[in-house]
Amino acid sequence: MDPKRMIGRIAFGLLVLGIVAWAVFPFAWAIVTSLKAGSALFTVEAWPSQPSLANYAAIFKEQPFGRNILNSLLAASAVVALSLGLAVLAAYALGRVRFRGRGLLLFVVLGVSMFPQVAVLSGLFELVRWLGLYNRIGSLVLSYLIFTLPFTVWVLTTFMRELPKELEEAAMVDGAGPFVIVTRVFLPLMGPALAATGLLAFIAAWNEFLFALTFTLTDDARTVPVAIALMSGASQYELPWGQIMAASVVVTVPLIGLVLLFQRRIVSGLTAGAVKG
Amino acid sequence: MRQRRRAAWLFLLPMLIVLAGVAGWPLFRTVFFSFTDATLATLEGFQGVGLDNYLWLMRDPVWWRAVWNTLVFTVVSVGIETALGLGIALILNAHLPGRGLLRAAVLIPWAIPTVVSAQMWGWMFHDLYGVVNAILMGLGLIAEPRAWTADPDLALPVVIAVDVWKSTPFMALLILAALQMLPRDLYEAARVDGVHPVKVFVRITLPLIRPALMVAVLFRTLDALRVFDLMYVLTGNSRSTMSMSVYARQYLIDFQDVGYGSAAATLLVLVLAVATVLAVTLGRVRVDAGR
Repeated sequence: MDPKRMIGRIAFGLLVLGIVAWAVFPFAWAIVTSLKAGSALFTVEAWPSQPSLANYAAIFKEQPFGRNILNSLLAASAVVALSLGLAVLAAYALGRVRFRGRGLLLFVVLGVSMFPQVAVLSGLFELVRWLGLYNRIGSLVLSYLIFTLPFTVWVLTTFMRELPKELEEAAMVDGAGPFVIVTRVFLPLMGPALAATGLLAFIAAWNEFLFALTFTLTDDARTVPVAIALMSGASQYELPWGQIMAASVVVTVPLIGLVLLFQRRIVSGLTAGAVKG
Repeated sequence: MRQRRRAAWLFLLPMLIVLAGVAGWPLFRTVFFSFTDATLATLEGFQGVGLDNYLWLMRDPVWWRAVWNTLVFTVVSVGIETALGLGIALILNAHLPGRGLLRAAVLIPWAIPTVVSAQMWGWMFHDLYGVVNAILMGLGLIAEPRAWTADPDLALPVVIAVDVWKSTPFMALLILAALQMLPRDLYEAARVDGVHPVKVFVRITLPLIRPALMVAVLFRTLDALRVFDLMYVLTGNSRSTMSMSVYARQYLIDFQDVGYGSAAATLLVLVLAVATVLAVTLGRVRVDAGR
């Protein structure tokens, strides 16, 4: 190998290493910080001299973080189940039946997923109060539908379109109506699509901040992102950085695991819908 | 056929009702409130005030600062993310050892919730105990620690940097997906003819991935224009980084001035609509579920 190519290779390798370091370092630093207890927090060292899990214990004892995780799980699961249920039916209509106004409807659905959350805040606040859902998980399930539903409809419509025509025709010859076709013929084929779409919708709901911040008031009604954003320490002036980092690690590790496990499906889901991440 | 069409509308109905309830109606109420003096406490008893809220907005320098921040944030961060995303996608597309590992590493920032990444970077940028100050001082690049998120001149660049870190993977993934659809034989032919790689990139690759690139840019742009979490967590309601969403929410909830906040929110919707129309006409973006 001539030296010029060699140098090129080395430079390229360094570039790749640089990208990896840039992507991974902040999270690695969060882990390191979360293991530092007491005054060790305020020294910059690459690895704590006395690593401790005290911060992890504290978020579950001093803060209602277990409750916050449960809230997030409940809200995200409920909204994903609702969205998928509604979206499967809608996606069949939008993906496989030709009717007037179909293109317009798809644009409306896409448009809803794009307008800013703050634009519906006052109207939703009114609705949430009127339904008596303020400071309850129900308010989050209701408001999260605004972004999970368009997303699931859009992605499932693209998937529906890919399914072979012959299947549907054969079922129709056998006398199956549209509802039977969706539930008995298509649904079993859509497992992977439902899993990928559901996972992305779950992550979006899990990460949501603005509605959760606005529609909940008390510590124990909060979801994980709001808890992490508003975590406070013994005094007003001193943020418990160790605990904040521990909480961050706790919610992020499962997410990273899921994303890495499903990365192929996630990429295809994202490009099918080309929807925000 | 007729029966199928009827069934189709029946299947659509629940979804449409829910969307109308959680999106259509609240949006209508927001626009409606923007012409009133409603407050959070008196959502029932309010009076119409015409265009007053909008007139006040036009006279508020803090509002214009928020508009400016939002536009600067959007243009700069989406610009950097597109350039970096393109570079990373090209690297990921090349055949190199450990590509899977590299792809996984790049996905990590995307998988981390915005609030968490804001807190992580907030800690790294901490004025007293932050690792960024420690590294920069260790390298001799700065003489004394900086208050990154509190200094009005540094805060917006810091917010942009954090967004670039978090969102570049999304850009890279969408571009990578487009790159992997490109026909191989075209490159084979170019290689045989001895065309310079840069020329191949400009003449073949860029035009072919342009549609996907434009869609990715549009999605990121709309996302950046409505940004909220990042500023709220990293710099709070600080004026030097406040986005239009942060401004609107501050009036709606913190100051309980629903009428005024709604006017700001309505203007944000208009900005997004203009951006979409511009992108679709100038960039000839095709957003279409079908083929």
